[in-house]
Amino acid sequence: MAEMIIKNGVVYDPKNSVDGEKNEICIKDGKIVDNVGAGAKVLDAEGCLVMPGGVDGHTHCAGKINTARIMSPHDMRYSPIPGLSGPEPRTKLLRPQVGYNTPNTHAIGYRYSKLGYTTIAEAAITPMMARHMHEEFESIPILDKLALVLMGSNWQVMQYIQDGDSEMLKSYMAWALLASRGYGVKIVNPGGGSNWTWGKNVTGIDDKVIDFDVTPADILIGLAEANEALNLPHSIHVHCNNLGVPGNLPTTLDTMKLLERVKASQDRQVMHLTHMQFHSYTGTSWMDFASGSDQIADYINKHDHLTFDMGQMIFGPAMTMTADGPTEYRNARMFDAKWSNYDQELEDAGGIVPLAYTPQHFAHATMWSIGLELALLVKDPWKVMFTTDNPNGGAFVNYPEGQVLLMSDKKRQEVIAGFPDMTMDRISLPNIDRELDWGEMTVMTRSMPAKMLGLEEKGHLGAGADADVAIYDVKPDKVDVSVEHEAVKKALGFAKYTIKGGEIVVRDGDITALPKGKVYWVNAYENGIVQTEKDRLITDLEERFKKYYSMQFSNYMVEDAYVPRPVEVRPEVA
Amino acid sequence: MPVIKDVVCTFCGCLCDDLEVTVEDNKITKVGKACKLGRAKTMGMFLHERIEKPMIRKNGKDSELEECSYDEAITKAAEILVAAKRPISYGWCSTSCEAIEKAVVLAEETGSLFDSTANVCHGPSALATQEKGAPSCSLGTAKNYADLIIFWGCNPVHAHPRHQTRYSTMAKGAFTPNGKKDKKMIVVDPRNTDTAKKADLLLQLNPGTDYVLVEALRAIVNGHADVLPDEIAGIPKATVMEAAEMCKAAKFTVIYFGMGVTQTRGRYKSGDNVSSLVSDLSQTNKVVMIPMRGHYNVTGFGQVAAWEAGFPMALDFSRGVAYYNPGETGTNDVLMRREVDAFITGAADPGAHFPQESIKYLYKIPAIQVDGYANPTTEFSDVVIPAAIAGVECEGTAYRMDSQPIRMKKLIETTFKSDEEILTEIIAKVRELKGEGGA
Repeated sequence: MAEMIIKNGVVYDPKNSVDGEKNEICIKDGKIVDNVGAGAKVLDAEGCLVMPGGVDGHTHCAGKINTARIMSPHDMRYSPIPGLSGPEPRTKLLRPQVGYNTPNTHAIGYRYSKLGYTTIAEAAITPMMARHMHEEFESIPILDKLALVLMGSNWQVMQYIQDGDSEMLKSYMAWALLASRGYGVKIVNPGGGSNWTWGKNVTGIDDKVIDFDVTPADILIGLAEANEALNLPHSIHVHCNNLGVPGNLPTTLDTMKLLERVKASQDRQVMHLTHMQFHSYTGTSWMDFASGSDQIADYINKHDHLTFDMGQMIFGPAMTMTADGPTEYRNARMFDAKWSNYDQELEDAGGIVPLAYTPQHFAHATMWSIGLELALLVKDPWKVMFTTDNPNGGAFVNYPEGQVLLMSDKKRQEVIAGFPDMTMDRISLPNIDRELDWGEMTVMTRSMPAKMLGLEEKGHLGAGADADVAIYDVKPDKVDVSVEHEAVKKALGFAKYTIKGGEIVVRDGDITALPKGKVYWVNAYENGIVQTEKDRLITDLEERFKKYYSMQFSNYMVEDAYVPRPVEVRPEVA
Repeated sequence: MPVIKDVVCTFCGCLCDDLEVTVEDNKITKVGKACKLGRAKTMGMFLHERIEKPMIRKNGKDSELEECSYDEAITKAAEILVAAKRPISYGWCSTSCEAIEKAVVLAEETGSLFDSTANVCHGPSALATQEKGAPSCSLGTAKNYADLIIFWGCNPVHAHPRHQTRYSTMAKGAFTPNGKKDKKMIVVDPRNTDTAKKADLLLQLNPGTDYVLVEALRAIVNGHADVLPDEIAGIPKATVMEAAEMCKAAKFTVIYFGMGVTQTRGRYKSGDNVSSLVSDLSQTNKVVMIPMRGHYNVTGFGQVAAWEAGFPMALDFSRGVAYYNPGETGTNDVLMRREVDAFITGAADPGAHFPQESIKYLYKIPAIQVDGYANPTTEFSDVVIPAAIAGVECEGTAYRMDSQPIRMKKLIETTFKSDEEILTEIIAKVRELKGEGGA
């Protein structure tokens, strides 16, 4: 197959300790290799910035987003970022594109690729709805995908934890990943989703779940220990209780401390905490609410068992969508906004509410600051993933905006200058002058997410890696991002080249090819669970399906037809 | 005898997936567990008049349909669509999502309008969702939790016969172990329907006053009962008060709503107000709403169109990208305005369900039908392409009324092409005619 060599690039590949060096990158059969033959196609990077393809380890891109699309025709016409949003007619190559926060599937594939991203992780799907997600996955071109499966309010999970039956818990988790062709374990507002089916919630990790004799803490520990016992490539991926509530800081700290006792099965975190911005609030109400980023960052700087992502807010319209049903109802009532809700039998809750964030409001200005503070106060970039919790904090097409904010104190100060005075004693950002360099930026947007997820072929440019490469029209040795942030932002939004699996999919910001991506999923069931335990689980599940589900057991599992290009990951059995 | 278990019924939006179908010599001889409608649908090809061959009219609408080959019919269909300045593609609700995806591509490439049967059905429910949202749940959640069931403007005894035993009033669930004994039932309908006869409370409102009744319930729930007159929508105030009290006493209420809400006076505003009622009640109780979808995969059409192109119905691809303005771009909007010059429909029967003015116009423009059975639409179609029956003769995905996707099975072999195959071939022909080559 075709060989390619990328010459004259300034390469950032932190995993392999390459920090802005003029290395050549060789590609063969869709993989990075050590060298290629003389006939290899030469791609001249002309001194530009070269990174591994971007990895978005937490995005809402398939499944629930479709309900948001149906709710929001206004979003389809909205185009604040020309070339990355709004309606664009079909071309000979491309399908029509619409939307900003909730673009159609084709636009999601095209626009992530333009940003130089090549892998995305859908952050929340119930096993029962996974078939829908895979249909959308198949419709999103170019990108590789994977899914995190909701288990934090699942009846089976809570029952087995209540019974103290860790074998059944393990078996069920492995089976649920198989049934949904999912990759990792997601926990949203543990226990709260179950309570929300009664219109209630939990207020901290020690509350009781209404219908099971368990607490959110029990659920977190149970799932984390089983996750490690199964030796899954990703750790548990946690959205804490009390999202978006002033004074939620203690809940977040409690959750972090709780997991200290769990031992990782491999060289990674035991818990990834997602969209930390929404979980770092002090105060008792919106009136005295303020940033708690210093306490969160201090804890994370002193402990190595967890990673987090920012959940950075972007000003303007957003679309909130989460399995945190009670939070969405609260949002809807607070803003008198339209509200959709979905309680998935036995599995989890969910809600969708469109919002808009404005720098003129101190609460939003404070939330915006917190995301940046967290990323800048935590010293080790390998603990931080760049996200906006797309599209909850903002649409992914704003990633260049968020990234440049981390690299330019000047730009941050320009934004802060427009904040209302009521913001200033609530935040510490004005006093933080750290500016991330390209190596740190590469970690937070590719290398760390790949490591955090356990994707060995992603996030780096060493031999054996997938040939996913992003080249931006930025000369790292010549540009001062701190000052020239606008030009850099534009360059990050429209890659000079994006290479996916060895094929050029973007050239000068335009899509040039539409390969189909792979779907990663984890099979910890087939080899990981012994036959007697499988039998015990299936007997129990058959009973539960008869009594409680609205679908036959035999029709439940995602069929192979929905995952035509799978990458099956089999964890080593301990 | 080979019995296929857990077959998905492809009649209504219930998508019951527990049917037991006996197949002998490639014939379906028995359908177990299905309701009357489901049995008739699943055995349909042995009961009803099948379109046996592709057919075209060679000399205008008054000439007879003449048998032809698939190739001829598909070529003719592509020619009609390519020649048209403003074609419309309608229906695609009793077929698989895989076929609907192809229908989207065809509409994009021919610059067509693109719409579903929701245009004469639950379209206003989508508009209500766009106004106020859709607080909902899965049918299994409803089964396990709901202790108050409200059927508003729908008649499941006849339209969704197994709904009550599988999902609602008679279903036994985790917190409703005694089924009907653990549940109350309110019916809102101008008629004393067979569903209403079993209700604990019937709100027999005057036709077209649904909005008024929702508004009154909201007033009571929000503590403003004093402002209400003695009679509301033709119902004594005390009865409406009783209904509101039942809502407040229930732990989990599901409002199932049908055409009585969406296609009566008030239209989408009634649905919008039901959503507001749900939001109001949710401050103290758990309440959700679920539309009683008719065509088994009309929900799937909305899903596929939304993820592929951004909008759930009434799409207009004439600008190369979907434009959406229901009221302007809905099928009956453009037919009434005599705006379109070619029509393709599949897996739906506009001939039986559209207003007369629309049908009259359909007699004047070239029309293409893709369907398994002859029906009133066949009478005005110039090209008739027979299709395999999804869920019986070919597999694929369908979405239940609660947006739950289920994979339909193939039960018997067929020589008919599937909707997906037919659409794929029309797309290829369109590309050929437009000189765009086969991608």
